[in-house]
Amino acid sequence: MSAETPARMNRFGPFGGRYVPETLIGALEELSAEYDAAASDQSFVSKVDFLLSNFAGRPTALYHAERLGEEAAHPSIYLKREDLNHTGAHKINNTIGQALLAIRMGKRRIIAETGAGQHGVATATACALFDLECIVYMGEEDVERQALNVYRMKLLGAEVRVVGSGTRTLKDATNEAIRDWVTNVETTHYIIGSVVGPDPFPRMVRDFQTVIGRETREQILEVTGRLPSAVVACVGGGSNAIGIFHPFLSDKEVRLIGVEAAGTGIETGQHAASLAVGRPGVLHGSLSYLLQDADGQVSPAHSVSAGLDYPGVGPEHSYLKDIGRAEYTAVTDQDALKAFHRLSQLEGIIPALESAHAIAYVLDFGAKYRDEGPVVVCLSGRGDKDVSHVAQIEGSEPLI
Amino acid sequence: MISKTFKLLGSQGRAALIPFVTAGYPNRDVTIPLLERLTDVGADVIELGIPFSDPLADGPTIQRSSFEALQNGTTVASVLADLRAFRAGNDAPVVLFSYLNPILAYGLEAFLSDAVAAGANGILLTDLPTGADPKVEATISESPLALIRLIAPTTRFERITKVTHGGSGFVYYISRTGVTGARAELRKSLTEELDRIRSVVSLPVAVGFGISTPEQAASVAAVADGVVVGSALIQALDKGGIDAGADFLQSLRIGMDRG
Repeated sequence: MSAETPARMNRFGPFGGRYVPETLIGALEELSAEYDAAASDQSFVSKVDFLLSNFAGRPTALYHAERLGEEAAHPSIYLKREDLNHTGAHKINNTIGQALLAIRMGKRRIIAETGAGQHGVATATACALFDLECIVYMGEEDVERQALNVYRMKLLGAEVRVVGSGTRTLKDATNEAIRDWVTNVETTHYIIGSVVGPDPFPRMVRDFQTVIGRETREQILEVTGRLPSAVVACVGGGSNAIGIFHPFLSDKEVRLIGVEAAGTGIETGQHAASLAVGRPGVLHGSLSYLLQDADGQVSPAHSVSAGLDYPGVGPEHSYLKDIGRAEYTAVTDQDALKAFHRLSQLEGIIPALESAHAIAYVLDFGAKYRDEGPVVVCLSGRGDKDVSHVAQIEGSEPLI
Repeated sequence: MISKTFKLLGSQGRAALIPFVTAGYPNRDVTIPLLERLTDVGADVIELGIPFSDPLADGPTIQRSSFEALQNGTTVASVLADLRAFRAGNDAPVVLFSYLNPILAYGLEAFLSDAVAAGANGILLTDLPTGADPKVEATISESPLALIRLIAPTTRFERITKVTHGGSGFVYYISRTGVTGARAELRKSLTEELDRIRSVVSLPVAVGFGISTPEQAASVAAVADGVVVGSALIQALDKGGIDAGADFLQSLRIGMDRG
């Protein structure tokens, strides 16, 4: 059976797949073949590596956060500093790779969806670098709460299309991006920002993001001489989490902990905890845990963090949950906001609200791992983009 | 039932007129009388849309009708109930048109048996392309419902026979890349594209996506076995309710039959 046999299309157990309109099948087959060829083409791989070090600034630091550790009652907490990447988050790891792929396929029009705006900025950046046309779809609500990133995208030469349909957040921005792709598929590549969507996106985005985990594994071994007891990362679609988890999958003693957004509390129904309380369903081209009602209609998600405000999750996370290799928990808006302040004050690092969910988990439960060894937290992005939004939540006037 | 309809029309040298309506739009009470009126004015097969919250293959018109139908409380069960009521007095073939998730949530086997019991003749799932889920596809193929397959302009020639494998009733050719919605212009190369499909597919070929005027319907009917119209019909309903919708569909029928 060839890799392209549809029945086997690189699923993760039962999850994943290619549940898309027929119009896109040809493009997904082409992308899949092109990606497989590129992944084994040394010149492509070197080019990505070169740009990640010389343009994006990799490797990123693994930082021993001593004061955070003191507060969490665990002396050995390390932050993987993805916030130090160019553009301020891990998203650039993926957009550079996909933009180079688009060029290989002769497609010079790029579309993307964005929630927090980090993926939009990273896509706009790669498009500026390679002189590609760039259109970013963003929900109206997110445009309001992430105004800084909207301006950054425009500054980089991208067109930001505001999506006013449905929930006016990441889910509907993704719907609109897929509609654009269905319409312009012959000239356009869709740079999906997370490990979601139809095959090959979940495995391709994962592969571009595993640089996070590969570096982390080497760095922690070098610094502490041992593997961590736990690796913690926030999960919306789940790209930073898969990126840092993946190189540890076969290290059975390393606990992998994904932190979803519990919004105003799981019990309120206003959250984005697809893995915690969703049921498997099909959205945006793949089968995965999904927030949905009894009739199979997708339920609106909620999180203070635009990047986690998504009712679905990457199919590989669904698989890791079901086989018990990774565990998933959820942190409320309130606790994430608290962690946003604590990390700023304890370490002089303002985390993205998304990453603040992972920090909040460690503040609450870090002590649990005290005797088991170091804990690594993926600090997936920096929080400058959230400053105005948080100030507003706390009663100030918008800053910009 | 669907094949019989196409066979009969074919023997008369006519193409099937296939309106799409979103069940529960503009309100729940309209669906049954609307379907009856549409068959009165010349609909041969009906595509009845079960609304989904995230219709990513649909343009603004059907996005809005789906959204409002859900707001009106439309569910899979309520659509099947409407179909059953319509079927009591009308034998026009009905194809249920939706996305996969509401069907999976209902339970695939339960859905298929309830849909058959309600009088459905076929099913079309926009996000279930051939090969996406062989188990689900086989379960549908083995049911009495015809599995309606889609072919797009981007479907490679070698894939076309594969696409229609397990399909029955008719195949739906999406006459352009893009989402659903009325368009001023249709593809000029339609005849050649249909020839290419017919060289390997024996099922009748219906054409949709973008048809909005009697002239377009007539030119498509001249080369295809069926003409699907959705967004333009919904726009007519918006303007003047059932009467306007029926008048619009009749104008297409007249255009098609005049050739």
